[in-house]
Amino acid sequence: MSDIKSRGYANADKLVSTDWVAAHLTDEHVRIIESNEDPLLYPSGHIPGAVEVDWVKDLNDPLRRDYLDKAGFAALASRIGISPATTVIFYGDKSNWWATYALWVFELFGHTNAKIMDGGRLKWAEEGRELTREKPVIAPSSYDAPARDDSQIRAFRDGVLQHIEAGGQLVDVRSPGEFSGETLHMPGYPQEGAVRGGHIPGASSCPWSRAANEDGTFKNAADLRAIYLDELGLNPEEPTVAYCRIGERSSHTWFVLTNLLGFGDVRNYDGSWTEWGNSVGLPIEK
Amino acid sequence: MSALPPKLQEYLDDFGFITTREERADFLIDIADSFQPVPSAVATKPYDEAHRVIGCESEAFVWAVDRPDGRLDYYFDVLNPQGLSAMAMSAILDEACSGAPLEQVANITGDVVFSFFGRDISMGKGRGLTELINAVVYHASQRL
Repeated sequence: MSDIKSRGYANADKLVSTDWVAAHLTDEHVRIIESNEDPLLYPSGHIPGAVEVDWVKDLNDPLRRDYLDKAGFAALASRIGISPATTVIFYGDKSNWWATYALWVFELFGHTNAKIMDGGRLKWAEEGRELTREKPVIAPSSYDAPARDDSQIRAFRDGVLQHIEAGGQLVDVRSPGEFSGETLHMPGYPQEGAVRGGHIPGASSCPWSRAANEDGTFKNAADLRAIYLDELGLNPEEPTVAYCRIGERSSHTWFVLTNLLGFGDVRNYDGSWTEWGNSVGLPIEK
Repeated sequence: MSALPPKLQEYLDDFGFITTREERADFLIDIADSFQPVPSAVATKPYDEAHRVIGCESEAFVWAVDRPDGRLDYYFDVLNPQGLSAMAMSAILDEACSGAPLEQVANITGDVVFSFFGRDISMGKGRGLTELINAVVYHASQRL
């Protein structure tokens, strides 16, 4: 894959290369964070000095369906030894799907000095770079976290309803089977399923992974524009909502639209289909 | 309740003692480290797609080879080098099901995935691992 700066992204600074990470492993102003779907990957070997942020135990409230609050984020930030000035670099499995999810949550707390290592864990490993099972010893930091701000990049059910009634742009990033309503949930996982199948009226279908190359890197801006602007007809100047099943896949698309294509107003609807497809009276298309 | 293969029950009992996420991960990583891919005498790449586990994002493949005693030997491969969970599940199934009575293998249900990996695994990963078990069970059931 070509140099990140040459790919035409709106905000290329949100991506760093594996070379860049390798050169900043001991940079005290940088914290490398691994976020995966598979909880076995980090303990089996990670970038030297990297800490883990787990999407279940670190980012979600253990009781309510919501993300951690101000105190929770401050505690997490302290555990991983960052200050508001620290540059945090996320990477992970599945073409950085979970890394973008973690980055999105960090940005809810205003920690926008956050970037993604292009290609994620797979690229680092396939380049033969070092992975270690040694967990870094991190001195706890003090982080004066602001209250979580859900008003800019997060969408809620009622807001999505108003958005579609106004004819707003919506991207469904689930698989075609989920979009069509053929798939409700996987066997044994009703807690992540829905009573009704289909999609939110007016949504365009574009599985999140179309934005990634086979090696896990992001496609260049021209290829992304061909998908999201030419094929789906999205207007970067218009408000856009992305959703999936629980808001993790759509965080990848949120990252792409916001940072790589420069859309001005993109929100991730994390309630997603598990909320919409279970809610009474909401409109559904198949 | 019908019996499971003894080795599988042994694993389930062992996992029942796990109290922390870290312990679970360490145990599973140790098991994954013991994973042996299918020998070339049984299959070589590119593998016949008929052996692919549908729904497993780690690109797992399963083979069942008949033994003279009527039981089965199972073989696995996981093409995704990051498919550690699939490797661990494959290693458990290989050890527990190869040579086990077919009736016992056919009794295995997908929910054992939760016993090994915990209840907070993602839906996609849970599905893939369940399908891996289903593939093993299918071969045993077909011969009963």
